[in-house]
Amino acid sequence: MQQSAMLSALIKNRRRNFTVGLFLIVEALLIFLLLGDTSGKVSTFVLAITRAGTNIGAPDLVVPTWSSILALGTLVGVTALWQLIRGFQRTNAVVISMVAVGIAAFLIWATRDKSLNLTGMLVSSVIRATPIALAALSGLYSERSGVVNIGIEGMMLMGAFVSVVAASVAGNLYVGFAAGILAGVVLALLHAVLSIRYSVNQIVSGTSIIILSLGLTSYIFRAFIDPPHPELNSPGSPLAAVAIPFLWRIPVVGPILFNQSPIIYILFMLLIATQIFFYSTKWGLRIRSVGENPKAADTLGINVSRLRYISVLISGGIAGLGGAYMSIGSVGFFNEGMSAGKGFLGLAAMIFGNWNPGGAFLGSLVFGFFDSWQEKLSILQVGVPTELLGMAPYIATMIVLAGFIGRSRMPAADGTPYEKQ
Amino acid sequence: MGKPTAKSPRAQGPDPAPRSPWSRLFVRKGIPEMVYLPILSVFTAFVIGGFITAFSATTTLDAWSTFFQEPVRALAATWGTIREAYSAMFVGAFGNPIEVFRQVMSWIQTGESKALLASIRPLSESMVISTPYIIAGLAVAVGFRGGLFNIGAEGQLFVSGMAAAYVGYAVHGLPWFIHLPLAILAGALAGASWAAIPGYLKAATGAHEVINTIMMNYIAFRLTEFLLNGPMARPDGLPITPEVLATAYIPRLLPMPVRLHWGFFIALALAALVYWFLWKTTYGMEIRMVGANPRAARYAGISVTRITVLTMAISGALAGLAGTIHMLGVEHRMVRAFSPGYGFDAIALALLGNSHPLGVVLAALLFGFMRGGAARMQSLAGTPVELIRVIQGLVIVFIAAPEIIRGLYRLSSARLERLPQRRNADGV
Amino acid sequence: MGVGHHLIQNTRLMLRPRALNKDLDMTELLELRGITKSFPGVRANDHIDLTLYEGEILAILGENGAGKTTLMNILYGLYSPDEGEILVRGSKASIHSPRDAIHLGIGMVHQHFMLVPVFTVAENVMLGVESTRLGGFLDRQVVSDRIRGISARFGLKVDPGAFVEDLSVGVQQRVEIIKVLYREADILIFDEPTAVLTPQEAEDFFRVVHSLVDQGKSVIFITHKLKEVQAIANRITVLRNGRVVGTTTPAQATEASLASMMVGREVILTVRKGPTKPADIVLDVADLRVLDDRHLTAVDGVTFQVRAGEILGIAGVQGNGQKELVEALAGLRPPVDGHVEILGNDTSQSTPRQIREVGSAHVPEDRQRDGLVLSFPIADNLVLNTYYERPFARGINLQRQAIDAAARQRVEQFDIRTPGIFLQASSLSGGNQQKVIVAREFSRKIKLLIASQPTRGLDVGSIEYIHGRIVEKRDEGCAVLLVSPELDEIMSLSDRIAVMFAGKILDILPAKDVTKEELGLLMAGIRPTAQDRLLQ
Repeated sequence: MQQSAMLSALIKNRRRNFTVGLFLIVEALLIFLLLGDTSGKVSTFVLAITRAGTNIGAPDLVVPTWSSILALGTLVGVTALWQLIRGFQRTNAVVISMVAVGIAAFLIWATRDKSLNLTGMLVSSVIRATPIALAALSGLYSERSGVVNIGIEGMMLMGAFVSVVAASVAGNLYVGFAAGILAGVVLALLHAVLSIRYSVNQIVSGTSIIILSLGLTSYIFRAFIDPPHPELNSPGSPLAAVAIPFLWRIPVVGPILFNQSPIIYILFMLLIATQIFFYSTKWGLRIRSVGENPKAADTLGINVSRLRYISVLISGGIAGLGGAYMSIGSVGFFNEGMSAGKGFLGLAAMIFGNWNPGGAFLGSLVFGFFDSWQEKLSILQVGVPTELLGMAPYIATMIVLAGFIGRSRMPAADGTPYEKQ
Repeated sequence: MGKPTAKSPRAQGPDPAPRSPWSRLFVRKGIPEMVYLPILSVFTAFVIGGFITAFSATTTLDAWSTFFQEPVRALAATWGTIREAYSAMFVGAFGNPIEVFRQVMSWIQTGESKALLASIRPLSESMVISTPYIIAGLAVAVGFRGGLFNIGAEGQLFVSGMAAAYVGYAVHGLPWFIHLPLAILAGALAGASWAAIPGYLKAATGAHEVINTIMMNYIAFRLTEFLLNGPMARPDGLPITPEVLATAYIPRLLPMPVRLHWGFFIALALAALVYWFLWKTTYGMEIRMVGANPRAARYAGISVTRITVLTMAISGALAGLAGTIHMLGVEHRMVRAFSPGYGFDAIALALLGNSHPLGVVLAALLFGFMRGGAARMQSLAGTPVELIRVIQGLVIVFIAAPEIIRGLYRLSSARLERLPQRRNADGV
Repeated sequence: MGVGHHLIQNTRLMLRPRALNKDLDMTELLELRGITKSFPGVRANDHIDLTLYEGEILAILGENGAGKTTLMNILYGLYSPDEGEILVRGSKASIHSPRDAIHLGIGMVHQHFMLVPVFTVAENVMLGVESTRLGGFLDRQVVSDRIRGISARFGLKVDPGAFVEDLSVGVQQRVEIIKVLYREADILIFDEPTAVLTPQEAEDFFRVVHSLVDQGKSVIFITHKLKEVQAIANRITVLRNGRVVGTTTPAQATEASLASMMVGREVILTVRKGPTKPADIVLDVADLRVLDDRHLTAVDGVTFQVRAGEILGIAGVQGNGQKELVEALAGLRPPVDGHVEILGNDTSQSTPRQIREVGSAHVPEDRQRDGLVLSFPIADNLVLNTYYERPFARGINLQRQAIDAAARQRVEQFDIRTPGIFLQASSLSGGNQQKVIVAREFSRKIKLLIASQPTRGLDVGSIEYIHGRIVEKRDEGCAVLLVSPELDEIMSLSDRIAVMFAGKILDILPAKDVTKEELGLLMAGIRPTAQDRLLQ
């Protein structure tokens, strides 16, 4: 560890606490700015939603705009002052909750004298978060073992493509999913061989995967499918949502969590499984040790290379699943370049979540939320250009990375090839 | 006692007995590995690309279905497809040499230049396409030399293009020798600032520049969208900027249809400038030192923070110039689909050129000419343009893992010294 | 009698080796026959024969680079030998990986700890041999209980739930020992165990070793410290240049005989140097306080001066604040309190470059990491911190001819063995790399030289050369601050010796008057009173 970095960490700590306080003050001021033009108005959040023909009723959440914003702004302001004077123990949690408060304030302001279907927005947030979350999980497995996987974007794209073709050929969506996962694994194998066996710089290796993916998918698409054989791009209708009996009728929460695509349920299960795997099983412990201190693991008889290979392959499989979800799980066909940066967003979510499954999911939700708010709010004609709103998740990631929110806990050996003698 | 011990394990000489014809060709002739490895990588990638083309064509597949009856036909069909595709690419890239010669003769006789210009258009187009590649490749190469991954060249391109376009269409009444440099300067500054932000974050907080530059890319795309949909849109509402004034055009060398503009030579000049800067100036030395060993650099008194930001700024300025010069020389306006991935391809270029300006120029010319020829390859031989991307990807793989090429051609095992971007925890 | 005298007596007692257990029947536990291992260009182990008897403490003594660690790594399965065989309890053993070694009851505690800082003690200990329930779920309770058992048995107090990164170095070493015992090792190998320990921690460590042996374990430990070996080992095997030079016991050997076995000839323990005529104060340090990476006080109010024409040596076990002190003086670690003046200039908060420009030079502790850019040519390394000054640069333009000419001159002047100045610095041997750094620093007009472990890991020839140049600089009127954990180096070079312990300077004594015992006590933190001095 660089001494200089550690020494300035002391100064950074003080600086960071001050920065967080400052950030919160600015946020409070911005919230107060929203107060203008809101007196006498009322914000309505519709919580009822119609799914599969059934209306899952819930009372509308109606709040007086001016007083709510004032209350929230004051809350943030008080927190900011406390932070500057005393400082919080758990700055992480504080910042995240204050950001949530800020978002709430913004939403209240945006719906002044209008109404917004909040439940619908949350449902769509989860849907949009899913590919990102799968990408984040994919990154997690790889990076926890010490291998940086920038190529997730390419693995997802290949997964999207192969799953469509396979499903079209076999006439079966499940075959498609299996094929998509396999495609991800194959690309991951390439990444693993390059970065583990040949000790290629992992960023370079990941970049080459993306370029190869982009090239191959587009090439084969144009040469064999569009125009020659469009039937290879017709896998049938995408996977439909499956409602879990009873649970889906719970007001508000039901439609969000219990009436979604089966892949989303798989995602939930994967998240829980991953958390248990990494922190409570022996294989998880070993993988983490390889990512933190491969030399130590090696001296204890653990096969560093083998564990890294396995982790990277799992990573590829999950990425392939994510890609398949984007094609046959959502829209039902393949478009060139359809991964559209979700792989990178997934990595950002993973970093945002401090390399933990729970945090990564939270990060993905935030991105998914911003994504769906971008759409909904443009309909609302908020007055702030949608493109600028669309920048929010990226700026948020950069803020997180800069360490404004707590200390980043990257696996210590992440990104460094391990060479045995 | 005082004799130096043998060289570090990495620096071994070539095998005494070359094991393959390739070995004899290269090693015996004393050609350094740094030269023949990229050449072989590109060659191998083209060969593989050729096979991909061949087996995508129905004619070849047909021929192979009757392989056992008529093996020769299958092989001939394969070779035919490859030859067709690559010769189309060649003509698309360079033009037809015979045709050019004929036209030169004709022009000498009659003074009619139109047909001559048409015949050299493919060549000039390739040069036009290479121009942004050269500069963007330099941008990434400078980053690599400083130990930094600038994946944000794409975003820096866009931001610079917008800035230069603005100066180009909004500022009136200036003569070209002020307006043009001003627009170029605007572009460079925009790119530099855009890259300096992740640079600063890296220096001050240690945040990895890969993710940050990627984030800045997306922010740049959104910003461009916003500007093109609103403030900087044309009066008729289309998401295109107004056309840049003629005083901010980079002049062309020859009349239409040849689009070659001075930007190509500016690009070459920039390459020379980068070489001078990195190897002949104190700042360049500092950048390379920080890239090679930041601790020692600090010990030597260099401010790693300042150099990190400087490196990213220069890299961003160059990336910005790539966009600016292309825009001011060719398009004369900014559109949403401004770049076919120059920023991303630039990474491949820098790797292929070993982050050295000369290598980058050669690699950029290669890619530019490939791209120039690809359109013709697609229209004539039916091979999709994306083949180039596949070849690019393969080239990166081969360059990054030289052992593959070495193994394939059974070459000696002398190792290439790798560049600073490879940080091995165990050190040398 | 003063308290100090008592302390001296007790210390002497502690350091005396325990008598061999009379019940020992001298069974051969481990035998290495003809072990040979070469790396490109160097033969690390050359037909080594070694025997370990049950219940004994065997010390493997040798200089840096003698092949000790390589040998032990072979024994532990991290390397495989080119030739030779290993017999455990009489039968041939094939050890291809640490797993095999662990299986045979061999455990190793490495010089650089192999711990995962973000894991708990229990997680570190169980890694690789995890206790599980239901197929794969970790059973932390079982592991904690076992660890507590081992703690009690061997006196290794540690909290299984603590995070390793929060523990002190001494406690971390205990975790490493527990790791080994957890795997039921009978043969424990320690590689330079006291290199990073404070004297008290070293004491604790020796106590633990005795406890281990009392309970039937056998111990091999690698070291280059003569004092330790005499104090604790039952037998001593000396390695030199990859070969076994001899095996002896503390009773039969003296420090001098061991030293000459290690080095191969009569060791001149003092460097020839004339008397000193110190002049003005060059370096003035007052009440300096510096924090370490963990924000704890590493340098605690240190005051001293160094004059032109003298060498002040700072002795002390590694880890007592010397590193942080040197970094503060070089401008890499700003002090939080106190004052540093070089030739009248306040450099307390200056940058490395400013300090250098005042006329100071620094030879860093870690030459490859801090002193050189290995991928750059030798010529560039020779101007690594002066490239921006005339004549090497005019404005921002580098003057390559000037650089190359100066490089050639320095290579000759300082006898750097290399075929050319354009080769990468990585192609040089350790000794020549250090000469590059010395050449670079000494070629300027310097008034102050700070040398940190300048001969670490070097062969004897290079050591003599560098010592000679340092004395030469002193004679030219330079002030020299020498920091080294090697007491012999300090004693032979210094005019005055300061001893650093726990961040403070306990005493500064003239070199010609002081004895090794005095210094040893100071290094252990024991400050004799005036009365004790009289008694000595």
